[in-house]
Amino acid sequence: MKLTLNIWRQADSASPGKIHNYELDEVSEDMSFLEMLDVLNEELNAKGEEPIAFDSDCREGICGMCGLMINGEAHGPEVTTTCQLHMRSFKDGDSITVEPWRADAFPVVKDLVVDRGALDRIIAQGGYISVNTGAAPDAHATPVPKDKADRAFEAAACIGCGACVAACPNGSASLFLGAKITHLGELPQGQAERDSRVVNMVGQHDHEGFGGCTNIGECTAACPKEIPLDVISRLNWDLHAALRHGK
Amino acid sequence: MPDTTNTFDSSHTMHVDDDYDDAAGYYVDGDPIADTKAPQGPLEERWDTRQFEARIANPANRRRLSVIVVGTGLAGAAAAATLGEAGYVVKSFCYQDSPRRAHSIAAQGGINAAKNYKGDGDSVFRLFYDTIKGGDYRARESNVYRLAQVSRNIIDQCVAQGVPFAREYGGLLDNRSFGGVQVSRTFYARGQTGQQLLIGAYQALERQVAAGTVKCYSRHEMVELIVVDGRARGIIVRDLVTGEIETYFADVVVLANGGYGNVFFLSTNAMGSNVTASWRAHRKGALMANPCYTQIHPTCIPVSGSHQSKLTLMSESLRNDGRIWVPKKKADCEKNPRDIPEEDRDYYLERIYPAFGNLVPRDIASRQAKNMCDEGRGVGPEVDGVRRGVYLDFADAMERLGHDAIAEKYGNLFDMYARITGEDPYTTPMRIYPAVHYVMGGLWVDYDLQSTIPGLFVTGEANFSDHGANRLGASALMQGLADGYFVLPNTIRDYLAEGPFDKVAEDDPAVVEAQQSVQAQIDKFMNTNGTRSVDSYHRELGNIMWEYCGMERTADGLKKAIDLIRSLRDDFWRNVKVLGSAETMNQSLERAGRVADFFELGELMCIDALNRRESCGGHFRGESQTDEGEALRHDGKYAYVAAWEWTGLDEKPVLHKENLEYEFVEMKQRSYK
Repeated sequence: MKLTLNIWRQADSASPGKIHNYELDEVSEDMSFLEMLDVLNEELNAKGEEPIAFDSDCREGICGMCGLMINGEAHGPEVTTTCQLHMRSFKDGDSITVEPWRADAFPVVKDLVVDRGALDRIIAQGGYISVNTGAAPDAHATPVPKDKADRAFEAAACIGCGACVAACPNGSASLFLGAKITHLGELPQGQAERDSRVVNMVGQHDHEGFGGCTNIGECTAACPKEIPLDVISRLNWDLHAALRHGK
Repeated sequence: MPDTTNTFDSSHTMHVDDDYDDAAGYYVDGDPIADTKAPQGPLEERWDTRQFEARIANPANRRRLSVIVVGTGLAGAAAAATLGEAGYVVKSFCYQDSPRRAHSIAAQGGINAAKNYKGDGDSVFRLFYDTIKGGDYRARESNVYRLAQVSRNIIDQCVAQGVPFAREYGGLLDNRSFGGVQVSRTFYARGQTGQQLLIGAYQALERQVAAGTVKCYSRHEMVELIVVDGRARGIIVRDLVTGEIETYFADVVVLANGGYGNVFFLSTNAMGSNVTASWRAHRKGALMANPCYTQIHPTCIPVSGSHQSKLTLMSESLRNDGRIWVPKKKADCEKNPRDIPEEDRDYYLERIYPAFGNLVPRDIASRQAKNMCDEGRGVGPEVDGVRRGVYLDFADAMERLGHDAIAEKYGNLFDMYARITGEDPYTTPMRIYPAVHYVMGGLWVDYDLQSTIPGLFVTGEANFSDHGANRLGASALMQGLADGYFVLPNTIRDYLAEGPFDKVAEDDPAVVEAQQSVQAQIDKFMNTNGTRSVDSYHRELGNIMWEYCGMERTADGLKKAIDLIRSLRDDFWRNVKVLGSAETMNQSLERAGRVADFFELGELMCIDALNRRESCGGHFRGESQTDEGEALRHDGKYAYVAAWEWTGLDEKPVLHKENLEYEFVEMKQRSYK
């Protein structure tokens, strides 16, 4: 198929960017979206034009490194990561606009690459259970009811890609935050730090410049791992409980 | 899967002509090497003995002792977090934008541990025994026993961190059998075990970042090792955002940079996985051990065209219910498989190996798939004139078990397959083909995980130590976390007890030389102004490796590969095209540096494979097989670790042999007939 690609190019975080238009011929429907960009980059390189910078690593939908706004949708039209989106989702003659994640808290590094360090800094403020290596009791010392374990797992499936932030009109990371609060809060091991965790992580979230949640739900619709919206209810529940406890 | 080993049959191995030296002219014989740190005495006491004898750095001193950790996968993140907890000053580096993205995250199946929670007769000794046997008697007994011992601690640690392993209704942990072993010792978190374990380690790491003991440097790639007065004392990195070349010093350097399967271009590794950190250390004196030992996984999604950038693995549990076949007639290869009548199908594994059929080990299943395609009976799209795929057909299982039972068991894998190929495996047979998945080779380390450069430690897939010539399923995660959480932190303290070492001067000649060589290489890439892209060279190198140093290797093929690699490497340095600037993010430049090192590694892999004229584990030499085409080991000649010393570009590497002795396990030759 033949495509018109309208791609955001930006030299670095300090420079202004703009959309450039490219024509790409002979695109196979078996290509992944990123392989299609690889082919475009090879063509640009051959013509002496600098290839387009974009992030990807595992290319099997689990590392969370890739992420593009494709025709205004985070990760494009399917519920999956950009690397698992294939060109059979498009048709001959399509015009496709490709932009980086858009959020104040994710500054553009170059072209389609953004800085998601804010998500790491949120985790550092409590997204863990404090247990030093070697200090653990036997794994069977604490049974975990299966429904709790399954619910924790569902939330733990978050890959930290940032699509929820990019999709949110408020640029909120509440789904990301709620997923970690739910994952650790469902488990008996996570109870001791439950109050301080939510207070500190929410504080860091706001400090990073992410917006607030107004229950729009774009985040969960864009999430490639289908993290449910109710993890945000859990986040609010835990936050209120912590404040009641005077944290 | 039943135990398939026969008692060692000496008649198979003793008639080897000891005069063989296929690699003559490609290498120089060196002095033997020994693991001087491995304790002697009863097997089960060795690790305790070493931990007791390893000195402890004074707690007050630890905040004056610094550690660099390169890589943030299971081994690197676990090590950095644990060393941070112990009070050392840790700097952690990764090329990805966050430590959480390291490729350990993609492991699907599970993690082994000798917990015996199922009461099915598992034990530390049984896990040890299975690992030695699975490695085809090419791993060290002391290391493997220790691995089995600490496997139990790993599960405790991960559960305490909140890793959501699968549980039974009673709330206790579930286990499954994996990779053909007879006991259920594999802990898992659906098909995302690697992800959950890595997030656990990453969170422990971020906790130390908040505590101030660890500083993380994301989007920083190690490009050189600094060795001063014979000790590893720091690294040079390129900041992948600004392009700046930065130098970091420490008392000790830990490499946890993973495997080098991307030397084949197409593999199940992440796009950025590379050998550069290991290779730079190798060039500075660290020996590279068994580089040819490569694990090739039989059930991956085939290549769909020349645009292919990576390969995706599907769990080999699919072979439990799927039947593998190709058309008997070449003319049928283009047909719709459903239109090919039963009598025109060749269920070749069932035909050749009636006892095991589709459940033969990974290497046999892989090799036979290649044989079928080489005969011209492969299926799927033609890529470069060959169809590289075989059918994995669930029609019988669907009839026997019903659609719902198959969906319950394999639903997520079928979905993944459908997403990538656009075909529905419930109605059309899947197509599969082998792909490079894991490397058992890596930097040589002693029992302490220290390389031949004092102060340089190597963990996880980057070292060679525990899997011998082949790795069992669900053991990669085990080894990464064993090294990171429990082994390295307990051995590195013995070395650190000698520190802090004298501060390295910024203008030390070793530092200046390292900085200059890094800059010179970057300048060379930016100024070559050639005509070919980095990826095109990488792809061509990968094709050479896959063709001649892949599933089946022969002396003639390997010699040809070495010639091809050398000439392609020359062309690369004269004709590579890297656009843009070195002073900003430049992904072509990043790849150019990685590919440059893959060229040199690929050549050494071929020389190692050429030298080892036996078939063992993941290494199959065409010249060393039984009359039935089975792998044939030659213990009398090759029961050693091949540790290679760098002597310079276009110089012959020196081979140091570490003898492998088996005190506790009897060596046997396997048979699947």
